[in-house]
Amino acid sequence: MLHYFLRRLAGAIPTLFIIVTLSFFLVRAAPGGPFDQEQALPAEISANLQRAYGLDQPVWRQYLRYLEGIVHGDFGPSFRYKDFTVTELIAQGLPVTFELGTLALAIAILIGIPLGALAALHRQSALDYLAVSLVALGIAIPSFVLLPLLALMFGIYLHWLPVAGWEAGSARHLVLPVAALSIPPLAYIARLTRGGMLDVLGSPFIRTALGKGLPLTTVIARHALRPALVPVAGYLAPAVASIMTGSLVVESIAGLPGIGRYLVQGAVNRDYTLVLGMVILYSALLIAMGLIVDLLYAWLDPRVRFER
Amino acid sequence: MSAAGTPTATLALGSLRVSFERGGASVEAVREVSLAIRAGEVLGVVGESGAGKTQAFMATMGLLPPNARASGSVRFEGEEILGSAPRSLNRVRGSKLTMVFQDPLTSLTPHLKIGVQLAEVLVHHRGSTWASAERAALSALERVRVPQAQRRLEQYPHELSGGMRQRVMIGMSLLCEPSLLIADEPTSALDVTVQAQIIDLLRSLRLDSGLSIALVSHDLGVVAGLADRVAVMYAGRIVESAGTAQLLRGPRHPYTALLLQCVPNLRAPRRARMPSLPGSASSAAPLGPGCAFAPRCPRASDRCRAERPELRAIEHAAELACHHPI
Amino acid sequence: MSSAPWREAARALFANPGALVALIVLALLIAAALFGPALNPNDLETLDWRHVAANPGLAHAHWFGTDRLGRDLFVRTLAGARVSMAVGLVAGAVSLGLGLAFGAVAGYVGGRTDDLMMRFIEIMSGLPLIFFVIFMTVIFGRNQLALFLVIGAVGWLTTARIVRGQTLSIRRQEFIEAAVASGAGTPRIILRHVVPNVIGPVIVYATLTVPQIILFESFLSFLGLGVQEPSASLGTLIAEGAGEMEAAPWMLLAPGLFLVALLVALNVFGDGLRDALDSRERR
Repeated sequence: MLHYFLRRLAGAIPTLFIIVTLSFFLVRAAPGGPFDQEQALPAEISANLQRAYGLDQPVWRQYLRYLEGIVHGDFGPSFRYKDFTVTELIAQGLPVTFELGTLALAIAILIGIPLGALAALHRQSALDYLAVSLVALGIAIPSFVLLPLLALMFGIYLHWLPVAGWEAGSARHLVLPVAALSIPPLAYIARLTRGGMLDVLGSPFIRTALGKGLPLTTVIARHALRPALVPVAGYLAPAVASIMTGSLVVESIAGLPGIGRYLVQGAVNRDYTLVLGMVILYSALLIAMGLIVDLLYAWLDPRVRFER
Repeated sequence: MSAAGTPTATLALGSLRVSFERGGASVEAVREVSLAIRAGEVLGVVGESGAGKTQAFMATMGLLPPNARASGSVRFEGEEILGSAPRSLNRVRGSKLTMVFQDPLTSLTPHLKIGVQLAEVLVHHRGSTWASAERAALSALERVRVPQAQRRLEQYPHELSGGMRQRVMIGMSLLCEPSLLIADEPTSALDVTVQAQIIDLLRSLRLDSGLSIALVSHDLGVVAGLADRVAVMYAGRIVESAGTAQLLRGPRHPYTALLLQCVPNLRAPRRARMPSLPGSASSAAPLGPGCAFAPRCPRASDRCRAERPELRAIEHAAELACHHPI
Repeated sequence: MSSAPWREAARALFANPGALVALIVLALLIAAALFGPALNPNDLETLDWRHVAANPGLAHAHWFGTDRLGRDLFVRTLAGARVSMAVGLVAGAVSLGLGLAFGAVAGYVGGRTDDLMMRFIEIMSGLPLIFFVIFMTVIFGRNQLALFLVIGAVGWLTTARIVRGQTLSIRRQEFIEAAVASGAGTPRIILRHVVPNVIGPVIVYATLTVPQIILFESFLSFLGLGVQEPSASLGTLIAEGAGEMEAAPWMLLAPGLFLVALLVALNVFGDGLRDALDSRERR
C-alpha cells in the first residue's frame, strides 16, 4: 500500500509543477499590466511601481523568483490589495471557505450514500421512485439558483434562518450556503451509489455470501458496500471541483468572507499574484484529492494495488 | 426414490416448479422435479445447459432472483423450507445445507481476504470469536489440501489459482459439518487435471464425514466418478434416474443413451466423428403437449409427440419417463 | 446507419413516461420563449411606474410581475431564456464539433498521436473549467467572444472520449478498408466515413451537454463574466433577482424557476434518450 501511495505521490509533484509554470506564463501573457486600470500614472511612478513589484525583470527571472518564494510559502504581494500579501489574504479567508467546503462534501457523502443504498435495496418501491426523482432535481439545479431560492423560502418567508451574512462561530449562517452547495453533489453521489449497489447485488459473490446464511445487513455492509462505492470514489475529485466552483457564487450571494471572491476579482483586476496563488491553491487541493481517491480505490478493490 | 420423501431423506423435492417473469411473459426453467437424497448418498444430476438443474437447487437454497416464482415442496431434514423467510432459512443455509458454485473467481468476494470469508461463516453460525474462527478456517483449508494454508488465509481471491479457489469454496461449505452439500458444476471452470483432483477431494471428504452431496453437471463423466445414483434432466423434468452403475451399463431413456455416447472414451475404438446430439436443447419457451425430447429423439413416435410420458418407478429402484424405452 | 435500431430506440424512449413528460415540458418552454412575448402587451424596456416590484397578476397584465424599475418580468424572462437557449445551442454545436474532431482523429490515427491526445484529455478532465475562464478573463478581460469559446469547451472531453471509442470499434470494418484501398486520404476518410457512423451515440450525449452549457453560461453570467450588457441571459437575471430578493422576490423566482424547469427537463429527457440507446445496444 505504501509503495503504491509513494508511486502516486511521485507522479503528482511534476503535475503540480507543470500547472504552476503554465499558469505563471499564461497570466503574464495578458496584454497590459496590473496597473493599467487605475488612472493613468506618470511614467516615473509607473516605472517605480514596476520595479517595486519586480515587473521590470525579464520574465524568466520573475519566474524563478516566484518559485523560490513559493517554497518559502510566499506567494508575493497582492497587486490590488496593496497592504496585503497573497498569503495573508488567503490566510484570512481560507478558514471560512474550508469550513463551507468540507461541510458540504461531508454532507454530500454522509447523506448521499445511504440514500442511494436504500433506494437500491428497495428497488422500484415508492421510496426508490421518490429518491430517483429528487436526485434528478438535485443534479439539475445549480447551487447559485438553489441558494437564493432556499434563502427566499427559509429566510424571507419562514424567517427560520438568516438570509445572508456571517458571524464567526455562528452555525446558523452556514446552514443555507452549505445546503445549497451540497445538494448537487449529494444527488449525484446518491445516483452513483444506487447504480453501483444495483450492479453489485447481481454479482455471483453476493449470491455466495447469501448462500452462507449471512444476514442481509452483513452481506450488504461487508460484501456489497465496497465494490458498490467504486463509482462514488471516482466522482470525489469532480465533486470537490464542483464544490470549489460553487463556493465562488455561494460566498458571494451569502456574503461569506471566504477566498472565493479573490479568484474572480483577481482575474478582473489583473491581480497576477492573487490569481496565481488561488490557482495553485485550488490545483494542489484537487491533486491531493486525486491522491486520496487513488488510495481509496486501492482500499475498495485490492486488485488495484498489484497493478503496474 | 419415491417422490413423497421419507422422513429419513436429507433433501426431498416435491413437484418443484420454477418460472421467471421476464417482460410480462413467464418462462419455465423447472417444469416439475421430484427427487430425494438420503443421508450419505451422492446424487448426480445431469443434463444440458438450460435443463433446469441449477435453478432447482437455487430454489432449494432460496437464492432465486426476485423475478422468480417457485412452487411445490422442498423439505430439508423433514422441514419445509421453500418460501421461508430469510431469517429462518439462514439457520440452515451455509451451515447444514451448503452450496458450491460454478465459477470460483466470481463467486468469492474480491476485496475480502480468504481468511475472513471463511471465518465469518463460523462467527455467524457458531458464535465463535474471530480468532478461533480463523484457526478453524486454517484446519478447513488443510482438510481440502490447500498448500501453504496459513499464507492463503491472508491472500485475496485473485491471488489464488482456479483449483485452489474451488477448494476454498468447498472448505467454506464444510465448516459447519453440513448434512448436504450442493455442488453446482464444481469443475466446469477448471482444467481437466484439476477437475480430477476436485472430484477426488469430494470423494474422500464424503467418505470421511458421511455427508450427502448433490452433484450437478452437464458432464456424465464427472458424475460417474462420484455419484451413487444419477438423475437425468431434460427441459425442466427428470427423464430417468437409476443407480450409477446400472445407468451407465444400460440406459433406458434415449436421451441418456445419447449423453453416454458423447462422453469421450479413451479405450473405445477411434471413430471418424465425435458423436453429438442433433439439434439444440429446447429453450424454456412453452412446450407442446408431447414429450419434450421428441423433436430430437431417434425413437420418437406419434404417441410421443401427442402425450407426454410420466415419470414412473421401474425395477431396481429406478425411474423412467418414456413411451419407448431401450 | 440502419433506421430500424433508431425506431427501436425511439420506441423505448416513448415507453419512458418521465422522458416523455420532460419532452413535452421542453417543447412548452421553447414555445413560450419564442412566442410568449407576442401574447403579452408589454415590451422589454417600458417602465411601468404604477406597478413597481409587483407580484404576478392578470389585472395589470404583468404575468410574472415586474422588477424594481417596473419592467415586465414575463417579457424579460423569456428574452433571457432565448439568450440562454441560443448560447446553449451554438456553444453545444461548438462543443460537439470539437469533441467529434478530436475523438475521430485520436481514434482513427491511433498510435502515439492517440496516446498523446488521450493524455491531454486526462489532464484537462481534472481541471475545473472555471480555471480556464479565469485565465481568459485575465488575458482578455470581459471579452464575450473569448468567454464564449470557453463555454463551448464544456463537455467536449466526454464527447471526444465517446467518439474515440466508437471510432476504434468501426476502424477495422470493411468499408473503412475499402476507402483506404481506393486511395482516399485520412482527412477524407474521417470526414466522410468515420463521422457519419459514430454520430449516433454522440447526439445523445450532446443532448446532455446542452444543459451543462446552459448551466455554465448562467453561472458565468451570474458572476458577471458571461453575457454582457445590454443582453441578459437567465443567469444575469437571476443575479439581479438575488440582489433584490427581499423587496421583489419575483425578480428571482421568474428566471430562477424557468431555468430550473429548463435544466431538469433537458436532463431528464437526455437521460431517457441515453437509457433508450443503452438498451438498444444491450440487445
